[in-house]
Amino acid sequence: MASHRAEADGKAHIKLVLNGDPTEVAFAPHKTLLEVLREDLDLTGTKHGCELGECGTCTVLLDGQPVLSCLVLGLACEGRSVGTVEGMANGPDLHPLQTTFADLGAAQCGYCTPGFLLTAQKLIEDNPSPSRDEIKDALAGNLCRCTGYLKIYEAVELAAAQMRGEEARPTEESIYGRR
Amino acid sequence: MGDGKVGSIPNGPTLPALRLVGQPRRKVDAFAKVTGQTVFADDIKLPRMLFGRILRSTETHARIVSVDTSKAEALDGVKAVMTGQTLPIPFGILPVSQDEHALCLDRVRFVGDPVAAVAATTEEIATAALELIDVQYESLPCVRTPQDALRDTDDPIHDYGDHGNIHKLVHLEFGDVDEAIANAHHVREDFSFFEGNTHLPMEQHACVAQWVDEKITLWSSTQTPHYVHRALAEVLELPPARIRVIACPNGGGFGGKSDPFSHEMVAAKMAMLTGRPVKIALTREEVFYCHRGRHPVLMSVRTGVDETGRIKGMHFRSLLDGGAYGSYGVASTYYTGALQTVTYEIERYRFQGARAFTNKPPCGPKRGHGTPQPRFALEVHLDKLAEDLDVDPAEIRLQHLAKPDSVTANWIKIGTIGLRQCIEKVVEGSDWANKFRKLPYGRGVGLACSSYLTGAGLPIYWNDMPHSGVQLKLDRGGGVTVFCGSTEIGQGSDTILAHIVGEVLGLDMQDIQVIAGDTSLTPVDLGSYSSRVTLMTGNAAVQAAERARDILATHVAQKLEIPVQRLVFAEGRVVDAEHPDQGVTFAGAVQLAEAAQGTVGTVGSYSPPRSPGRYRGAGVGPSPTYSYSAAIVEAEVDPDTGIITVPRIWIGHDIGQSINPASVMGQVEGGVYMGLGEALMEEMAYRLRTNEQVVHKIPSMLEYKSPTTFEMCDVVTYLIEDP
Repeated sequence: MASHRAEADGKAHIKLVLNGDPTEVAFAPHKTLLEVLREDLDLTGTKHGCELGECGTCTVLLDGQPVLSCLVLGLACEGRSVGTVEGMANGPDLHPLQTTFADLGAAQCGYCTPGFLLTAQKLIEDNPSPSRDEIKDALAGNLCRCTGYLKIYEAVELAAAQMRGEEARPTEESIYGRR
Repeated sequence: MGDGKVGSIPNGPTLPALRLVGQPRRKVDAFAKVTGQTVFADDIKLPRMLFGRILRSTETHARIVSVDTSKAEALDGVKAVMTGQTLPIPFGILPVSQDEHALCLDRVRFVGDPVAAVAATTEEIATAALELIDVQYESLPCVRTPQDALRDTDDPIHDYGDHGNIHKLVHLEFGDVDEAIANAHHVREDFSFFEGNTHLPMEQHACVAQWVDEKITLWSSTQTPHYVHRALAEVLELPPARIRVIACPNGGGFGGKSDPFSHEMVAAKMAMLTGRPVKIALTREEVFYCHRGRHPVLMSVRTGVDETGRIKGMHFRSLLDGGAYGSYGVASTYYTGALQTVTYEIERYRFQGARAFTNKPPCGPKRGHGTPQPRFALEVHLDKLAEDLDVDPAEIRLQHLAKPDSVTANWIKIGTIGLRQCIEKVVEGSDWANKFRKLPYGRGVGLACSSYLTGAGLPIYWNDMPHSGVQLKLDRGGGVTVFCGSTEIGQGSDTILAHIVGEVLGLDMQDIQVIAGDTSLTPVDLGSYSSRVTLMTGNAAVQAAERARDILATHVAQKLEIPVQRLVFAEGRVVDAEHPDQGVTFAGAVQLAEAAQGTVGTVGSYSPPRSPGRYRGAGVGPSPTYSYSAAIVEAEVDPDTGIITVPRIWIGHDIGQSINPASVMGQVEGGVYMGLGEALMEEMAYRLRTNEQVVHKIPSMLEYKSPTTFEMCDVVTYLIEDP
């Protein structure tokens, strides 16, 4: 585990790179990364569904890898880079995945969405042309109760195609059903 | 920015008079959701906020002998401790089942029942304080199953109900069913059991309460802020005018956030006791205890047919495991018998239902409230009847289709019915004729139909007021704000309001602001349940928007010196249809109206039509209109392991006019997903302790098996737009 400073206030103090910005944070040392993000850094875009590593909702990127932030201690993040949903857009320009999730209704209640987005972001980084089965494999650790996953697959495929520079758009069947 | 159009998808066919309705549009809150900016209840953080935790019963059924909170009160950082006596007034969603308390008074009825509560400066201190509370229990006999509950008892779980531990008994008979069955050419009886399951919304329930200026504000992940408002007023003994309930966007509901809950009452009272805001965020384990999910139901169905295979009479019985409290259970019981006749013509029909109290988390409404269980029993029964009669399963359903504009044996008025097209589409699309009984060993196809309400015909508490209200504020800058009590649970209710108002007033959805689910700001809408929102809030919105349009038209017509009938509202302008270059901007129209008559605003409301049924229980089942569906499932069974896989489902859904097809597709696919989960894997599982007490087996998302991407099948969807 990375070194850390325990201060007189009983809190741990660490430095990390958060969504690209050097950041210092102090927190009760038992806290998970999920709690540090939400409670001490006010980044509430990261959600929780179980806090036991079962649902994938709290997924963030740690040194670029998707991890369940409810299972990572804040202390373990000293000197590391953390990416959350708040860091996906480039200023006002959304990440293509954010646009396709919005367009296709891949976010219904939107609660599991940040976790799916970050997992999918890493997938496309590693594999710019994922097949449907590869998408299912990558997203199998994220639960969604609203969509049945289908619009999520389509949104990932569409974003990947757009990021490859292709003129891609949703299929008519996806929006209107089969005629 | 932009007009909310989905990618570069071309507009689809629609009714000629409509511009926006029927066109796919991005949801009005979609960007907030994909950037993590939607504020769910647990995302709220107020200055000086305390954290509440609830101590829950470790006993299945017991009398509370004593609760000693002295050690918890002495812990540094603890600001308030509550027990049942702090809030002794009962509540419950139905007027006939006021059987819950914020914290149990003298008896606990299941493992997970709330007993005491603490508010402290941190969640850790609150949790530590719970462990210092000493509760002494005296065990009572445990009622594990509805069959247990049928036995006579001197000490029932509740002191009300129809008999002993039987909460509700229903007997309805329409025509002489015994005679129909006695004279039948063929009679068949089947027994079915539908397993109980839970909503498992990704978001755990949470709420924040604030007490300022002698008023309570409660932010909560609730589907029904109006009912929470009513319950809080009763329990806190405050005038409703002093209470404001704000429904945060729900991280999934599915019916699980439709009851007023203990933690909402406790947080509000804690805020009053401490003078500080209080948040209570439930753990996943607690969500399993709140439950209100699908009732487990044991059913029998007995049907007599004549020599032509025509159903002459049906006797349907259901026994529901209600769990420890009433919740929506009386309605759930009726619903297990109500909608059989809405899909198929059944001349004579008898329904007997019973709901039992047991010492388990309370059941309630889950997606399709009380109807998937009997639907399962009926559809399997029909398949077996078809086999007896040597008729194709699709054919037996087509032969018995309920008729449009008819009244069923149980006095339910049906309007349009697109079920025939649904069946025909899936039969054709799935290549049913070449698959049914023709696939290799271990593989097969099956067909089932269904129907559900589009909102209940009656409110939960009886009254003559509208079910939904909408208020519009027209801004002189050209914007319109829609106020409505409906709650956004992911189904797109905010978007529907913008879509419909935009249609009537000729505006882009982006020019419309929606304020929803706030009992102080918005007119009452009964809530997001029973598939009621689009129809009821939608019609209220149409009325409000048409009234606004008429006001603006009057003043624009005067200015242009043309009859109002010649005006068209489109593309942010109000123009003369005969000279489209003659007109004013929408903002200009508002300014004309405002100058002439003052601030411009309108209201609209909706009440469902009266149902023809005049018997006790006739209130459950009627709806302004019904949606219909037919599905064909292809399944494979491994003959060695029995493991079932489902590669594909074809579904035809008769949905009336689709407002936003992109949202409709999401609802249909999500419904198929949830049905697949219920059929294949989801189960509220219980185990017996060594002392024979019943307890939830493992209340966690890992052990409650729900479909992942690996289990979800392909879905082919046909939208049937039969009005």
